[in-house]
Amino acid sequence: MAGISLRQAGKRFPKGQVAVENLSLDIADGELLVLVGPSGSGKSTVLRLIAGLEAPSSGRIFIDGEDVTDLPPQQRDLAMVFQNYALYPHKNVRENLAFGLRMRGMAPTAIDERVSRVAAALGIDTLLDRRPAELSGGQRQRVALGRAIVREPRAFLLDEPLSNLDPLLRTGTRAELALLHRRLSATMVYVTHDQEEAMTLGTRIAVMNQGRLEQVGAPLELYERPATVFVARFVGAPAMNLWRDDEGGQPVTFGVRPHDISVVAPGSGEMDGVVEVVEPLGPQTVVHLAVPGRDELLRVMVSGTQRVNAGDCVGLRWPNDRVHVFDANGGRRA
Amino acid sequence: MRKLTGGLMWVVVGVVLVPLYWTLVASLTPENRLFGTPSLLPGRLVLDHYRALFEARDFWIPIRNSLVVAGLTTLLSVTLGSACAYALARMAFPGKTLTLALVLAVSMFPQISIVSPLYLVLREVGLLNTYPGLVLPYMTFAMPLTIWLLVGFFRQLPADLEEAAFMDGAGRLRTIWEVVLPISAPGLATAAILTFLYSWNEFLFALSFAMGPERYTVPVAIALFRGQYQVPWGEILAAAMVASVPVAVIILVAQRRIVSGLTAGAVKG
Repeated sequence: MAGISLRQAGKRFPKGQVAVENLSLDIADGELLVLVGPSGSGKSTVLRLIAGLEAPSSGRIFIDGEDVTDLPPQQRDLAMVFQNYALYPHKNVRENLAFGLRMRGMAPTAIDERVSRVAAALGIDTLLDRRPAELSGGQRQRVALGRAIVREPRAFLLDEPLSNLDPLLRTGTRAELALLHRRLSATMVYVTHDQEEAMTLGTRIAVMNQGRLEQVGAPLELYERPATVFVARFVGAPAMNLWRDDEGGQPVTFGVRPHDISVVAPGSGEMDGVVEVVEPLGPQTVVHLAVPGRDELLRVMVSGTQRVNAGDCVGLRWPNDRVHVFDANGGRRA
Repeated sequence: MRKLTGGLMWVVVGVVLVPLYWTLVASLTPENRLFGTPSLLPGRLVLDHYRALFEARDFWIPIRNSLVVAGLTTLLSVTLGSACAYALARMAFPGKTLTLALVLAVSMFPQISIVSPLYLVLREVGLLNTYPGLVLPYMTFAMPLTIWLLVGFFRQLPADLEEAAFMDGAGRLRTIWEVVLPISAPGLATAAILTFLYSWNEFLFALSFAMGPERYTVPVAIALFRGQYQVPWGEILAAAMVASVPVAVIILVAQRRIVSGLTAGAVKG
């Protein structure tokens, strides 16, 4: 396994569109780094730059300290799991798994042995003679993972591997991926637009926006101390409440997480609000309130046992040390 | 409504089939009764015309010529055309759009307008009355057809599949051979079938560039059955039936492929 580094990497497409700008990032050996961001933020392009499927317009890329910027994907010894799995439709599962080993000139008996072992570990050993078209979505996903694992590559690149699964299967596979990462202690770069997936899977998370890195850090670090307004809004669900204000003539943005606000008797909190929508989730309830002087509804997370009804007038209170303050450029003020 | 469309279908089928039926019946009717009172139901049926076709006229020779020429044209245009189409569909190089436009432009000249220049060229290089002398001109219409068909086909193949092969360590040629070509079988088959049919039926070039009976293709041979004083209709019709056999077989076997191949590039999968 290997560490991956990007140094001032940039990607500008021929039509002038900038996908990635001046991006430097170090991914440690054995780490599962999640690249997360909205669509068009450049996260998939970063993955393709590491893979060698795109050539950077500027900057260098290193794997294990070796400059691989000019190496084609074939020589980087990385494995990739594609969003739509990209299984070879004309080959059966066995041949799909064996293809990469065959390309590397491995002996047929060794290939058989390795394919059987990985297939058994993933529970797809009964599917080896089927074609991808004869598999369910979840099975295809496993074969795609198997095709990457069987290679024993220097690192894994995963491009939204769970986005084509139904929600139930997705959470199950997510846990398996985490387990797999721990067992292989493999370097993985994982792209997703789902902040929950990022929070639960990542050793570290890199939040991207418009081709730039907004913040890189451990999941809870991002949640507790978002470096920018963008990260504050993107990480955590329901999203942080943000509002613009003036502080000594300087425009600032205040933010409070829905979880940090408690509902109290009217008049006894920081402000009063009128309950507009109540969304019970079971253990917790999301309450949307109209607050005077604000266009946007305020989101508050309360315990599922607390009774709140639409139309109630309530007070809202939050501890002062849970207020996030951002300056006019969207950056965090210490 | 259903009855109406069903009825219409049978009308269309009838319109198409009647001439074919008439040809078949006439090719089996003795010469002396061919010009008698026409009747939809055949009287006495004989194989005289077919016998004459293969014994007196040696119709095997034009059949062999047609098979060789159409087969070689198909093989060459699909092999070269698929390589060319892959490059045009997948790789970045300057002048790509222009190349594609030029390929199309080649097929826009009316055939008759290039007969004379081609004749002069073929005479100069000594290829008149040879197989290459027919195969090469046929490529002028076969290649644009193949290239355009396959560019559309390759473009709608998911690029992920090739990228997965690259990540697996396969080079470009290996990827084309092991991944792209096998999954392009419907497109390749369509191109091959259409090219073969065009070449099999081609008349003008074959008439102009084949100088003697030993190089005549089937359409030319049939056209030249006509003598100065008589037209051997029985044999002409028998030959027409024979010439239709390969075409009919190919269409019957491959009709699904042709339809799926032709529409494959049209709609994004």
